[in-house]
Amino acid sequence: MPKLESIRDLEQFRDVCLEGRDSNKPCLTVCAGSGCTASGAHDVIAGLNKNLEKLGLADKIDVKSTGCHGFCEKGPVMIVWPDGIFYNRVTSRDAAAIVASATNGRKPVEKLLYQDPQTGERVLHENDVPFYARQQRILFGNNGRIDPRQIEDYLRVGGYKAQAKVLGNKTPGEDIVDEIKKSGLRGRGGAGFPTGVKWAALKSNPATPKYIICNADEGDPGAFMDRSLLEGNPHSIIEGMIIGAYALDATTGYVYVRAEYPLAVEHLRVALRQAEEFGLLGQNILGSGFSFRIKVVQGAGAFVCGEETALIASIEGRVGEPTPRPPFPVQRGLWGKPTIINNVKTWASVPQIINRGADWYAAIGTERSKGTMVFSLVGKINNTGLVEVPMGITLREMIYIIGGGIPKGKELKAVQIGGPSGGCIPASLIDLPIDYEELTKAGSMMGSGGMVVMDETTCMVDVARYFMEFLEEESCGKCFPCREGTQRLREILERICAGKGKEEDLEVLTDLAWVMKETSLCGLGQTAANPVLTTLRYFKDEYLAHIREHRCPAKVCKELIVYSIEPTVCDGCHACVAVCATDAILGEKKKSHQIDSGKCIKCGACLEVCQPKAVLVS
Amino acid sequence: MPKLKINGISVEVERGTSVLDAARFLGIPIPTLCHDDGLTPYGACRLCVVEVASANGNGRTKMLSACTLPAEDGLIVQTHSAKVEKARRLLLEMYVATCPQSKTIQDLASKYGMRQERLAPKHDNCIQCGLCVRMCEEQMMAGAIGFAGRGAKRHVSRPFDMTSSLCRQCGACMYICPVCELRCHGASAESTLCNGCLNFATVCMQSYDDAMCFLDPCHACEIGGPLRSDVPVKLSAVKSAQQEK
Repeated sequence: MPKLESIRDLEQFRDVCLEGRDSNKPCLTVCAGSGCTASGAHDVIAGLNKNLEKLGLADKIDVKSTGCHGFCEKGPVMIVWPDGIFYNRVTSRDAAAIVASATNGRKPVEKLLYQDPQTGERVLHENDVPFYARQQRILFGNNGRIDPRQIEDYLRVGGYKAQAKVLGNKTPGEDIVDEIKKSGLRGRGGAGFPTGVKWAALKSNPATPKYIICNADEGDPGAFMDRSLLEGNPHSIIEGMIIGAYALDATTGYVYVRAEYPLAVEHLRVALRQAEEFGLLGQNILGSGFSFRIKVVQGAGAFVCGEETALIASIEGRVGEPTPRPPFPVQRGLWGKPTIINNVKTWASVPQIINRGADWYAAIGTERSKGTMVFSLVGKINNTGLVEVPMGITLREMIYIIGGGIPKGKELKAVQIGGPSGGCIPASLIDLPIDYEELTKAGSMMGSGGMVVMDETTCMVDVARYFMEFLEEESCGKCFPCREGTQRLREILERICAGKGKEEDLEVLTDLAWVMKETSLCGLGQTAANPVLTTLRYFKDEYLAHIREHRCPAKVCKELIVYSIEPTVCDGCHACVAVCATDAILGEKKKSHQIDSGKCIKCGACLEVCQPKAVLVS
Repeated sequence: MPKLKINGISVEVERGTSVLDAARFLGIPIPTLCHDDGLTPYGACRLCVVEVASANGNGRTKMLSACTLPAEDGLIVQTHSAKVEKARRLLLEMYVATCPQSKTIQDLASKYGMRQERLAPKHDNCIQCGLCVRMCEEQMMAGAIGFAGRGAKRHVSRPFDMTSSLCRQCGACMYICPVCELRCHGASAESTLCNGCLNFATVCMQSYDDAMCFLDPCHACEIGGPLRSDVPVKLSAVKSAQQEK
């Protein structure tokens, strides 16, 4: 395949790709993102291929593996085209039925269709599923349509049009920066700094060479939006970076991706290679005279390397420790040169804005938070997965409509937004519209979009302790308040969870949190105390119960709970004895059992299997 | 030449000057632990934080380390605002709890009026100020020691924790270390906080007739002890005053 040497070559090749695919030809697209792969998507694909071989239909029906569709709870998911029938919880055993449904009369396989848990109704199309109906998937929409390892697919859905537009029109860099400014795009990495303003600051810096970096470190536990975008649509990020580099006169770009994302790294490398082969990246892109190359650098297991100055240090081969700002990377960044660092989702938004216009983007969202936000909805929620929604949607909609509510009919207690740097929003604020300003006002933070749902069985003191443990481990240790503060906070929280807390501890927690927030060198330390601060603000009663009454209201903190068996309810079925890992339950069959609290490790296994609900936690 | 305001005073300094140096030029003292004029600024101890308002005047302030902050046009800096004083006291409370045996830290605590002892003492022998590392690298041109590990496990060491052939045993690292200078074991040796500022009871005077101290004078000695500069103190008077207590 010879290199595309002009915009015209590109458009001609795009037409060839579009014509090369008959849109009426049945195509079975199976989600092969990391989540669905873990659920067996590759077995499904193998099963489909085998079935097609057997029936001699391999050239009549295509099988395509795509990136993450977002509805991870119901994986593996797939869509049968051209009718767009959405199947969930697919296994390889369903292969024959699926192939049959794609051919004979095209009647869908009933049992694989999504079933509304309320009405019992079966839903045919993806966009009618309540999980998807309220979403606006401008970044993730193409994940379910393209094979990330095939650049032709990306071209078929309009890929590289934005790049061709700016290169073909020789759009001045300032105009592109202005367009990004007008759109109101804010950095999706967490802080939400206006991207256009950052880009303008770089443009006003005369030093060369200039660099751009894509921050794909995604360290927040439970966050996998960036991973799914890199796995499923790597070209969208590449295109965004090329447009940005052209606008900012950057010569080299880096994608810093955490080593724990092997599939994302692989798909990124494949996409980069293909883009270079086709002349869309590298020397003299599409004959425009503009040259730009992208290198991939992998992280080495440090959450702190998501912080921009630590990331830069890591790329330079130094220890990943942050440096004080100012000077900011736009002034002195990689190798001391002007550098722009943006998050994966920010870069992926750029081609959309160039294609559809700043006004289109600014029309989505709220007054100060424009566009869509991608959240990973996880925790005690029915519909776990990735969700892309316009800014300003309420928490209530996110949890009860898109998320399908809390499993087992439990009560919502809090939502942790923004990962370990964010804070807990209590259920009383359920009608809060989600945007940067509202979340900051409530004491939390948008962060990079992690949303962990917690119910009445979550202990908020334990949550604070858990996050403190994480942050203590991940602190780089350079500056004193963060290194010492995370340790001290964790120690105090552990004591409180063990029932050894004192009333004075709350004041110490507040003071330590304050000094960490005000004096830490980088964002990790400055936001490290947020979980403690928000849980103290909204759930002080839980802290007081632990301290004054030595009681854990959620019955989680192991030192404060006792497992016992109610003798009048126990029917002696012996089910608990079978699952008890420490042989702590004694009793003869058909006679009521007892738990030896000396051996009991409070794992909860007996609680789960007891039918008559005789196991009590107090 | 950038022109900035420190505590309301306008000052013009050469480009590249830090706010710490600009403040010192004006005679305004800012406490430091990890700073030395002969070494590159590090910004790790956070004791030199000052409250900085941006030139565009939207009212918001940031707390930044003065040693690493370059003086820029229009910067408005407060070195002794309520926020800064509160931050210094809390940091010093944490420092005393981490390293109560350090004279440098105890003196700073006394000087800045830090009197609380709410945290359990740890008796670490390193605050990771990095002075030893930078001293070895930049002044002694050896680079035999460095930081290893992350977070709570971070520590100063030699490559692979092995004896280093680069180390000439010059002792510069010990010389520059703020923790290596140990506090005197005075009257309140058991307590975490020396509280010299409150004592005015110089330690030596309780056991000896003359000052028996080779340490640099600390706050207590300077205010109430034999090294007071304003009033000549009669040793016998001090001793009898103590005996009355």
